[in-house]
Amino acid sequence: MPTVHFTDAEGAVRDVQGNVGDSVMETAVRNGVPGIVAECGGSLSCATCHVFVREDCASQLPPMEDMEDEMLYGTAVDREDNSRLSCQLRLTDEIELFVTTPETQV
Amino acid sequence: MGAQAVEQTAPATTDPHAVPTRTGLLIIGASQSGVQLAVSLRALGFDEHITLLGDEDHRPYQRPALSKEFLQGTVESESLIFRSNQYWSEHNVELVKGEYIVRIDKEADGSGVAHASSGREFPFKRLALTVGARARKLDIEGGDLDGVLYLRNADDALALKARVGDATDVVVIGGGFIGLEAASSLQKMGKNVTVLEFGPRLVGRAVGEETAEYFLQAHRSRGLDIRLNTSAARFTASDGGTSVAAVELQDGTVLPAQIVLIGIGVIPNTQLAEQLGLEVDNGVVVDRFALASDGTTVAVGDVANMPNPVPGSEAGERIRLESVNNAIEHAKVAAYSLTGRREEYAGIPWFWSNQADLKLQIAGLCNGYDRTVLRRDGERGKFSVLYYRQGRIIAADCVNAPLDFMAVKNALAKGQNIPADAAADPATLLKTITTDS
Repeated sequence: MPTVHFTDAEGAVRDVQGNVGDSVMETAVRNGVPGIVAECGGSLSCATCHVFVREDCASQLPPMEDMEDEMLYGTAVDREDNSRLSCQLRLTDEIELFVTTPETQV
Repeated sequence: MGAQAVEQTAPATTDPHAVPTRTGLLIIGASQSGVQLAVSLRALGFDEHITLLGDEDHRPYQRPALSKEFLQGTVESESLIFRSNQYWSEHNVELVKGEYIVRIDKEADGSGVAHASSGREFPFKRLALTVGARARKLDIEGGDLDGVLYLRNADDALALKARVGDATDVVVIGGGFIGLEAASSLQKMGKNVTVLEFGPRLVGRAVGEETAEYFLQAHRSRGLDIRLNTSAARFTASDGGTSVAAVELQDGTVLPAQIVLIGIGVIPNTQLAEQLGLEVDNGVVVDRFALASDGTTVAVGDVANMPNPVPGSEAGERIRLESVNNAIEHAKVAAYSLTGRREEYAGIPWFWSNQADLKLQIAGLCNGYDRTVLRRDGERGKFSVLYYRQGRIIAADCVNAPLDFMAVKNALAKGQNIPADAAADPATLLKTITTDS
């Protein structure tokens, strides 16, 4: 089963098992993981599902499209090289992701 | 939410000694705002029982995709569900589905009992109304034919999806966000779509003239048949049939239609508030802390008429916002209220609408603007209108221009300005010319 390990800005970790095909954002929100807001429900409109992806996980993820790239310039906590919008990250079979949520999303 | 019907004549004869103990919070309306209220209350440490009650037979779900991804079949119903069952049980929130509240008896201390049409009673210590709004009906001849549809909730979307397969021609009535989103979705699904708009331009008051014109041209260039200043006179069935077959316009034109989709706005569901004697005026009138006129009931989201929360608004100005963002932010205000804190509404209202490949993002409210600045990058399909009042930026409509949107939203949130003269060059990044005063 796909697993996502969410670490918040204070270092607390929450491990969540997700479903293949769901996004990392959906996995977080449905299970009440704090630190992911996702106002727009995944339609790439709000940039409130920002996560930092641990470098060694990046190869498991799809490349970033222009819209996501532009939205990331407007996140509440400034983007870094490993920033992604978690609504764009789909879980695949056997994936194991480590992500950190920013201090704030809004 | 559908309408929360009220038996206006029902006498309040409940014996106060006969009712169960009145504890906890009853949230009527398992909507975006209802869900957020429950979630925010638990985040704030509210430890009393919460009942989240809705009149639909679905678990609480997200509405925005109903006119877009869900209609087109690119997302499943399961992915619209807000929270897992496990989340609700872990957080001690009792979900009640399919119960339709028809009457509420309430005492001066804010406690009371809500009566459902099924006969079930829901006692409460505090009450929250997150009942939303219902689709405005178009009352013309043939309006009750099969295939004349609205799009407000999941059942509406399922009814539409069920008919789409057999339809060739669709007439959408109303050139607002819902109408245009659904029209774009149906066009993408191969339908022959005509949009009828009663007014002289698209999207009514939600955007300025330039944005409305942009959408008109953009949709027409994508092959959507949009007719402004046009009304339907009647819907007709084929001989002996009960399903709609055509739309007859005021000028006598007849358009074939196996589906008519009506999106002409919503009416706030104020029936229960009226029955409770709460002040109602284009929604339930609430104060800055989401409290209704009785001082104990909170009303949140689409149904609430609140003081305009945007910094710099005129004193006494009121507004009712229909958006996801408002449902969330207003629910947070109400959650503070219910836990004895007084916190002002935070953040800048924002909206989005996805239509075909047009991604509209709106930051702020453009009411009362005295100047606009147009930024257009034709090559990349980007288009933004910035709105100013007395030299200060107050809002922006951005199409496929998330950098502009985010820059304006962030500037508004921080009380910053983006000088109009410097903003006119679309090659200039707005973020780089934002000023602190």
